[in-house]
Amino acid sequence: MSSAAIIAETSSPVPLLELRGISKEFPGVKALDDVSFAVFPGEVHMLLGENGAGKSSLMKVLCGAYRTDAGEFHYKGEQVAINSAADAQKLGIAVIFQEFSLVPHLDIAQNIFLGREPKGRIPGTIDRRKILADAARVLGTIGFEIDPATIVDKLGVAQQQMVEIAKAISQNARILVMDEPTAALSDRETELLFALIARLKADGVSIVYISHRMAEVFALGDRITVLRDGRRIDGVRPADVTPDQLVRMMVGRNVDMTYPRNFADKPGEVLLEVKGLSASTGISDINIEVRRGEIVGLCGLVGSGRSEVARAIFGADPVSSGEIIFDGKAISGEPDLAARRGIALIPESRKSEGLALLRSVGDNLVVSALRKLFPSGLFDQRRAQRTSDGLIRQLRIATPGARQTVGLLSGGNQQKVVIGKWLAAGSKLFIFDEPTRGIDIGAKSEIFALIDRLVAEGAAALMISSEQVEICHVCDRAYVMREGRIAGHLARNELTEENIVRLGMHHA
Amino acid sequence: MTDISKEAIVPPRSFLSQDAIQVFYRLLAALLICAVLAVLSDSFLSLGNILNVLRQASLTFFIASGLTLVVLTAGLDLSVGANVALSACIAGTVIHKTGSPALGILTGLACGGIVGLLNGVMVTALRIPSFIATYGMLWVLNGLTYWYMAGETLHGFPAGFRQIGSGYLFGLPIPVYLLLVFLGIGTLFAQRTIWGQEIYAIGANPVAARLSGIPVARRLLLVYAVSGTMAGLASIIFLSRLNSAEADIGESLTLPAIAAVLIGGTSLFGGVGTVFGTFIGALILTLVLNGMNLLSVSANWQPLVTGIIVILAVWLDMKTRRRAQ
Repeated sequence: MSSAAIIAETSSPVPLLELRGISKEFPGVKALDDVSFAVFPGEVHMLLGENGAGKSSLMKVLCGAYRTDAGEFHYKGEQVAINSAADAQKLGIAVIFQEFSLVPHLDIAQNIFLGREPKGRIPGTIDRRKILADAARVLGTIGFEIDPATIVDKLGVAQQQMVEIAKAISQNARILVMDEPTAALSDRETELLFALIARLKADGVSIVYISHRMAEVFALGDRITVLRDGRRIDGVRPADVTPDQLVRMMVGRNVDMTYPRNFADKPGEVLLEVKGLSASTGISDINIEVRRGEIVGLCGLVGSGRSEVARAIFGADPVSSGEIIFDGKAISGEPDLAARRGIALIPESRKSEGLALLRSVGDNLVVSALRKLFPSGLFDQRRAQRTSDGLIRQLRIATPGARQTVGLLSGGNQQKVVIGKWLAAGSKLFIFDEPTRGIDIGAKSEIFALIDRLVAEGAAALMISSEQVEICHVCDRAYVMREGRIAGHLARNELTEENIVRLGMHHA
Repeated sequence: MTDISKEAIVPPRSFLSQDAIQVFYRLLAALLICAVLAVLSDSFLSLGNILNVLRQASLTFFIASGLTLVVLTAGLDLSVGANVALSACIAGTVIHKTGSPALGILTGLACGGIVGLLNGVMVTALRIPSFIATYGMLWVLNGLTYWYMAGETLHGFPAGFRQIGSGYLFGLPIPVYLLLVFLGIGTLFAQRTIWGQEIYAIGANPVAARLSGIPVARRLLLVYAVSGTMAGLASIIFLSRLNSAEADIGESLTLPAIAAVLIGGTSLFGGVGTVFGTFIGALILTLVLNGMNLLSVSANWQPLVTGIIVILAVWLDMKTRRRAQ
């Protein structure tokens, strides 16, 4: 299978880039502890590890954002230093982070060639025709068909990522570091990316690929390096390991990869009924029903209108027609009304929509429950503290205390804070939009256990997820969306990845 | 449940909250200025001068306290000074026409509050950025006031009414009592009510606040209305203290009020700051100006010094915050 790697090893025993004994310490944390690994030309090197294992730190070391405390870099056998972003760029290292570095109000072409714009005839101007043509060519090489004059702000997450990749490729990167590049891509875009990766490999470009998706690791990887707690645990070839073995290396013990879910024999009464819902955000004629005790999936491709349905139900976007009946009564209005009635939204981007990052864990945990906790309107710091301490214990939020700034927590713990604030509010319907995005396996299974307990206690959940495996394992049934409409409904016994993909595809 | 989320644990925030630390530094700075002035000038520590400083600070504080709430939501109210002028002129007219100070006071407060509410409507319903909406309002109010007053000056108010601004009770100026009352109310409102908590949450992240079920638009309306009403209150104190009203009395009020808010440690980006800090800010500002008067420094230097203090205070804040993060 991994012929590229074999060729790479036999024809070129010298690694393109080799890290030896890299260490990086922060006050109280050893982010990287004596990490060594080598990248050979034209290989896809998978970097595996839970959140906090040191992948991000390693990435920042590679792109020159962090200076190491100890260790050496060797480029084609010669010792080099990576002390700045310029050093990294000179060595042909490009990093595509999950948080993009694009300028939102510039167009695609300007973003790709930012700082390297072709000069026009008049000094100080840009050769507009050339920059557009160059951009179109770069976009063409990655199979991304779009007008390069499109303003980046107007692009979806997936498209912005494609622009990032195009930008790196235009810089003639020899080592491309990608941080969960498929996390926000649709299946079609993922296929394009994989095809592109194969083409880049053939050109001798090496790819350091960080992923949480086991299938990708085996489909793409020539070599796998597993990190845990800042240390390199092992380097293996995909042919020599099983997914279970890799998971054990990552977490250092057996983790129950099966999803905790106790299916109820019979669902409860109808809690949410959506009838013929349409909104200007691009959804039309949505009919959904969610009963107490159920986890109902809402799937479909990225951009099929799943988040828009969630936002419309929560009152975050105006509804143009249709009816939302919650707990027996019609509901329409702003999110504060929906929240008071008992609907909770756990949004997709928890940093920008779910949390006040600069405020404390405690402040964030009580923010939705203020009216419930303090019916007199008078805020009592001690009561708030007790409530948040209780939630921190109940949800096992890893924080030194309720006073900690929430932005300093890891992704999984931040997600728990977002869920915690709705637990405090006593919500009845929890709408999860990609609840496990960017969260490690351990925290994922904790979050699913939590959702299971919530519905067992009489609440209900509507869960949007791009991880079809999650939907199949966790949901009682699911709706599949396509182009702003409900394309179909899958009962528990029909709920397979194949069926979800078939209904969600454009030519089903 | 599994317990794997033992990821990079960052050292905890110190036990004192950031807000408490900022206020503490400011108190220290105010005391330091007092000490320096006490050494440099014999008359600084006299009772008369201290009461004078407090009374001066109270005028800035009334306007700045309401403004603090606006700034906590990451907004700005540039119309406060013009609001004071219009409210004072209308309240003065009502007192002259009806002879009733009570009616005049109510009119002044109502006028200020309505202007504030209109600001709030522009910011929430029309979605105009607050500094633009209130900047436009500044001109509208100035225009109204100049048209209404037509160059006239109102003066001569009943003795009872004038007590509010210039009278004493148990040896303390009445504005100082009002200062303490509104400092207490403002602090309680911001720290000890759920509306206060919601205002901080809105300032920290308005999108997340809305999606957390906070009625953001209603809270913003409230905040702008409060800011306007406090300008209305300040207009009454002015009217009573000066015993006169002219169209241009508001022009020198807005910028010092913003200075007090900034020196007091409230961030223009929202979500950070306290009403008590603004009080100290107003105090520091007044102390410095008072000290310059006592030391016979030309008044021409005062804007320069104010500017330097604002820049210093904000810079030091950002520095300590960055270190704390």
